[in-house]
Amino acid sequence: MNIAVCVKQIPDPAVPGELNPETSALKREGKLILDDSDSYGVEMALQLVTAAGGGEVTLVSMAPNNETSGLRTALAMGAAKAVLVSDDTLAGSDALSTAKILAKSVERVGDIDLVLTATESTDGYTGTIPAQIAEALGWPSLTFAKSVAIADGKVKIQRQTEAGFDDVEAPLPAVVSVTAGVVEPRYPSFKGIMEAKKKPVDEVTAGDLGFNPDQVGWAGSHQEIVEVRAAPAREAGEKIEDDGESHARIVTFLEGLKII
Amino acid sequence: MSIEKVWVYAESEGDKPATSTLELLTKAREIATTVECVYVGDNADALAGALGEYGASKVHAVSPGDALPGVIGAAALVELVAAESPDLILFAQTYDARDAVARLSVRLDRTVLTNGGELRLDGDRVIVGTAIFGGNTIVDTAFTGEKPYLAMIRPKSFAAESASGSAAPVATVATPDAGRAGEAKVLERHVEEREGPKLEEAAIVVSGGRGIGSAEAYGPLVDELAKLLQGASGASRAIVDAGWVPYSKQVGQTGKTVKPKLYIALGISGATQHLVGMKGSDVILAINKDGEAPIFSVADLGIVGDVHKVVPKLIEAIQAHG
Ligand SMILES: Cc1cc2nc3c(=O)[nH]c(=O)nc-3n(C[C@H](O)[C@H](O)[C@H](O)COP(=O)(O)OP(=O)(O)OC[C@H]3O[C@@H](n4cnc5c(N)ncnc54)[C@H](O)[C@@H]3O)c2cc1C
Ligand SMILES: Nc1ncnc2c1ncn2[C@@H]1O[C@H](COP(=O)(O)O)[C@@H](O)[C@H]1O
Repeated sequence: MNIAVCVKQIPDPAVPGELNPETSALKREGKLILDDSDSYGVEMALQLVTAAGGGEVTLVSMAPNNETSGLRTALAMGAAKAVLVSDDTLAGSDALSTAKILAKSVERVGDIDLVLTATESTDGYTGTIPAQIAEALGWPSLTFAKSVAIADGKVKIQRQTEAGFDDVEAPLPAVVSVTAGVVEPRYPSFKGIMEAKKKPVDEVTAGDLGFNPDQVGWAGSHQEIVEVRAAPAREAGEKIEDDGESHARIVTFLEGLKII
Repeated sequence: MSIEKVWVYAESEGDKPATSTLELLTKAREIATTVECVYVGDNADALAGALGEYGASKVHAVSPGDALPGVIGAAALVELVAAESPDLILFAQTYDARDAVARLSVRLDRTVLTNGGELRLDGDRVIVGTAIFGGNTIVDTAFTGEKPYLAMIRPKSFAAESASGSAAPVATVATPDAGRAGEAKVLERHVEEREGPKLEEAAIVVSGGRGIGSAEAYGPLVDELAKLLQGASGASRAIVDAGWVPYSKQVGQTGKTVKPKLYIALGISGATQHLVGMKGSDVILAINKDGEAPIFSVADLGIVGDVHKVVPKLIEAIQAHG
């Protein structure tokens, strides 16, 4: 069982985001880290490979400036190797171009049975990339998995729905997007961190994958940011310290709203 | 100012159109001369009345069989688009619509603007407004490529208003061959039970966060208060990830968007990803023991206090109120 996990490397979400004043795109200059949402896919992949009794986990990532720190975190968890696509022409890529790049990277790895992604990235959250990768590969996709099992050449998941969940199934190879909480991601061990430094990272450009500059990045995204503006602000209202009687203030408040 | 033909990717809840579908139809009517629906499901005839009432003049309906519906939707749309050339197709940001628009975008080689909260025309440009940074900033993006444009809009972005239209005729589309993608099958559906109103539609929502302390506290504090006010109970992602309550209760960026008359946040810090799902509420009440919690910056009434002390007394007082 060979599994590719798409892992996004993102600016630390604890630091407030900023837009580049020239392009209005999210600033991604500084050090990047592994998107926490993708640690579930990495863990899931490691467990599935172990359960299958053989195979390996390969990471696939597209990131600016040949960033590898997020990849090293996932390699330290136990992934065997990585493909990193990094190229200045990729700046400004929309989800579609990103998915095409990731699909080509999966093909470059070769002999993959399953691709795992998160349901949406923390900084981009379009949530379309998993099914776009699948369509680009011509594979089935099972999205929003809250559990994943593999047997008899098929992958079966519990798929989150508006009403509850569905049991859905597809033959391999397939793409599966996993929700947070599908498994408990392990912490990299010290040994894992040391080994990760020596694991192979195949660094490629968009050109290496067969893309022309006009197919990716700003040029290929077919959209234009026309304005960035402040949303109408919501004013903070009254704030009181509970003195043991604040419930009475809430009751008056609810009466005022004609709720009680 | 208008564009010619806008399609809405319709979805259902039982034998009724989903509210998000009616919201999109209302908006589509405002900007387009012709509004039509594309629907994946076997009960299009049951929906045609309501879809027409909200402005659709036709429903293109396709049966998914036992395949994942979004995959069939995308494959059917590829053929329909080639035959009928819509200018814009609107999808709600839901599970199945996401699958459909994602695959369609690859097949047609078109970008998708996602997480839309606003939609307007500027001359013949179609502009989607998206809230970022927890809703503090709005980014307006215009499509520049070839039509049809594909946009995905978050539920509750527009109010659904009837146009008193008559039932829309249903045009049945043959189930397309979706190739290997169509090999994804739905084996069984599980519906989680719910008491009281639906979270997205409730007039009052009471949500609990990590500050309630434990899974056991959710019933007596959050559910109890919600029930008493005839509202629905919700949650922050922290307690969904912790397994205290099911995902269906999550409010926020990766959960549901709610716009009740009153939103009550119990022990929720007010992270931007939570705020974006509830900031549109008419009135917000927050109880948090940390006076600096960001939730207070959007609260009409903020109580700096312990939920374990304030809420039981509040429940008692409301019960006594009669
Ligand atoms: C990509 C992404 C998507 C996300 N999507 C969502 C989403 O859809 N919805 C969502 O909610 N979050 C989402 N989050 C998570 C979000 O960033 C926060 O981590 C989460 O909302 C925090 O939940 P919380 O407020 O319950 O917990 P905490 O942040 O831990 O806050 C707990 C609060 O309870 C207060 N408290 C503690 N004890 C008491 C007490 N006894 N009485 C009163 N108050 C008390 C504390 O002061 C604190 O403010 C997302 C994050 C990412 C990265
Ligand atoms: N640049 C990227 N590199 C690797 N994986 C990515 C990248 N962008 C998105 N993904 C994967 O696709 C998922 C959905 O992303 P998005 O559509 O941006 O919400 C993410 O959670 C990742 O698993």
